[in-house]
Amino acid sequence: MEKFTRLTAIVAPLDRPNVDTDAIIPKQFLKSIRRTGFGANLFDAWRYLDQGEPGMDPGQRRPNPDFVLNQPRYQGARILLARENFGCGSSREHAVWALADYGFRAVIAPSFADIFYNNSFKNGLLPIRLDAALVDRLFRAVAATPGYRLTIDLPAQTLETPEGEVIPFDIDPFRKHCLVEGLDEIDLTLQHADEIRAYEERRRREAPWLFTAPPETAGRPAAEGRS
Amino acid sequence: MIPRHGNPRQGQEGGSGMAARTLYDKLWDAHVVRTDDNGTALLYIDRHLVHEVTSPQAFEGLRLAGRRPWRPDSVLAVPDHNVPTTDRSAGIQDPVSRLQVETLDRNCEAFGILEFTMDDPRQGIVHVIGPEEGATLPGMTVVCGDSHTSTHGAFGALAFGIGTSEVEHVLATQCLLQKKSRNLLLRVDGRLGEGVFAKDIALALIGTIGTAGGTGCTIEFGGEAIRALSMEGRMTLCNMSIEAGARAGLVAVDETTVEYLEGRPFAPRGELWDRAVADWFELHSDEDALFDREVVLDAGCLAPQVTWGTSPEMVVAVTEVVPDPAEEADPVRRSGMERALAYMDLRPGTAITDIHLDRVFIGSCTNSRIEDLRAAAAVIRGRRVAEGIRQALVVPGSGLVKAQAEAEGLDRVFRAAGFEWREPGCSMCLAMNADRLEPGERCASTSNRNFEGRQGQGGRTHLVSPTMAAAAAIAGHFVDVRTF
Ligand code: SF4
Repeated sequence: MEKFTRLTAIVAPLDRPNVDTDAIIPKQFLKSIRRTGFGANLFDAWRYLDQGEPGMDPGQRRPNPDFVLNQPRYQGARILLARENFGCGSSREHAVWALADYGFRAVIAPSFADIFYNNSFKNGLLPIRLDAALVDRLFRAVAATPGYRLTIDLPAQTLETPEGEVIPFDIDPFRKHCLVEGLDEIDLTLQHADEIRAYEERRRREAPWLFTAPPETAGRPAAEGRS
Repeated sequence: MIPRHGNPRQGQEGGSGMAARTLYDKLWDAHVVRTDDNGTALLYIDRHLVHEVTSPQAFEGLRLAGRRPWRPDSVLAVPDHNVPTTDRSAGIQDPVSRLQVETLDRNCEAFGILEFTMDDPRQGIVHVIGPEEGATLPGMTVVCGDSHTSTHGAFGALAFGIGTSEVEHVLATQCLLQKKSRNLLLRVDGRLGEGVFAKDIALALIGTIGTAGGTGCTIEFGGEAIRALSMEGRMTLCNMSIEAGARAGLVAVDETTVEYLEGRPFAPRGELWDRAVADWFELHSDEDALFDREVVLDAGCLAPQVTWGTSPEMVVAVTEVVPDPAEEADPVRRSGMERALAYMDLRPGTAITDIHLDRVFIGSCTNSRIEDLRAAAAVIRGRRVAEGIRQALVVPGSGLVKAQAEAEGLDRVFRAAGFEWREPGCSMCLAMNADRLEPGERCASTSNRNFEGRQGQGGRTHLVSPTMAAAAAIAGHFVDVRTF
């Protein structure tokens, strides 16, 4: 995973509450079996005037000039400013892949839906929760100042405004550690493999019905993977 | 705050000296492998359900790292989102959908995972087949790369949706990194009136607490009205916990749960069954357990619900009118309402029963089980779908639901009324297959999300119960099913 330490970037404002993951990446693009290439269809129904289908050449599409990401002043934005309950709805990680693939590395909002919030950290996208009044103030500042940039310092857990104001934010220490170091969570978990096995052994004795499989799966060999 | 579930078998452990715990606390405690200093737990996962949309990248990740599934026999896979609901003998026409389904087949084959393939009679929506097979059992942790995994909480299982990276994490380690959430009790007192269903409780709850009302919480549903619900009704309710912002919903185990599970293919048998059942009856909140928050609804006051906007919280009773944004004080909410009304092409003050429809969809993991189909069929028996309705679709939740309905003659009732009777899958709930709304079309749907474009770009969705959808199909517009 890409490390996240310090970032100074243009902020794009998306001024609506309850932005759902269906809106972030519409379902017709979920048919891909890859992790990349979703950026062209981020916010597809809002961003383009024509109806988006997989495989279309983004250069041939009709962008909606009113949509915020199409406005010249927000080109190159890497920080998204949003309203409450951002990322609600479907669990699709494609929503995070699309934001990251487009170029976003952080989303600032008063609140996030739980699954989206989790998914973000797994992909080097930093979700920052700030007080609603503060977010409101940032919306006004962004609107008033073309080229408005924020500096995010993850190790210090701060945002810095162009005026030099420093705003602290909270983040879970373990998640911060993983993001700053770019760590793979599966590797970290597998360091505790013995504890997982010990738990499993105990549960097999206590609640064996949790481990019964229907007859057709018993002893079915895996054709792939090392043992 | 003291919940009273009235479970006749509870109460043994109250005096053991242990602090009183909620059902969620108990499930959590039983699955913690380890906890680190800042409270992040490694939680053991008993059942992992997999579908074609959120798994390909997870399997690819396993391959790239040279890993294999920790416990393949804990995984059950099924394609559901992309499958056609019309004749399947010719396979899937859309090459992109086909590739995704074939990728699932290949991954399951390669990693030794049981899959109900598209032609299997047991194929269906993942959240319908898990319980139907007894693959979801009380006391389990159940995950799936799908937010409606909350459905399985109806069995007293801790069940929640995860993202694709977490799917890979569970495949590789049988565990998830989790922080404990807060306990929210939703108590529904009294009894539901005639024509009012679990779906109406779910919608009314979301209307009350909002789509973010349960964020960071696990909701336990309790109270007289919940105890009176069938397993199907409880699944409908838990299914929509995620629409209230909660990752998981729970209902305590009782006789209804146990009766439903007995004899199902994955359920234990013989002596193991008896041991399991004894254990399961402990799966309820202790009498004096504390919840962080409690919300009380009176079932007797509930009318059938209809959403009018583009978020499940934008909902009113069928007897009401489309609300007026001018009366909303909060500016962010007001502009959200205005945008929703523009998208839905509705005017404030319009009676819900004056809203005319183009299509009707009965299906989805919320409402496609046998009881839902029976209730809808009872409304339409001997009647005809209205002239103005372009399409009325019934999509059973699984092959077994479909077979059961056909054995009861429900398919004939639907067909005679002018409904299409389809093969199982997600279908028009999210329109990833060929079933979808055209731009501007208005649909009464028994699914769970009315987001912009959810059922097809530009499509307009009104969420309702199966009987409300059925009655709307006959009338051509919404009607109060209680007086229909
Ligand atoms: S029926 Fe709808 S909500 Fe349920 S799993 Fe399928 S797409 Fe998701």
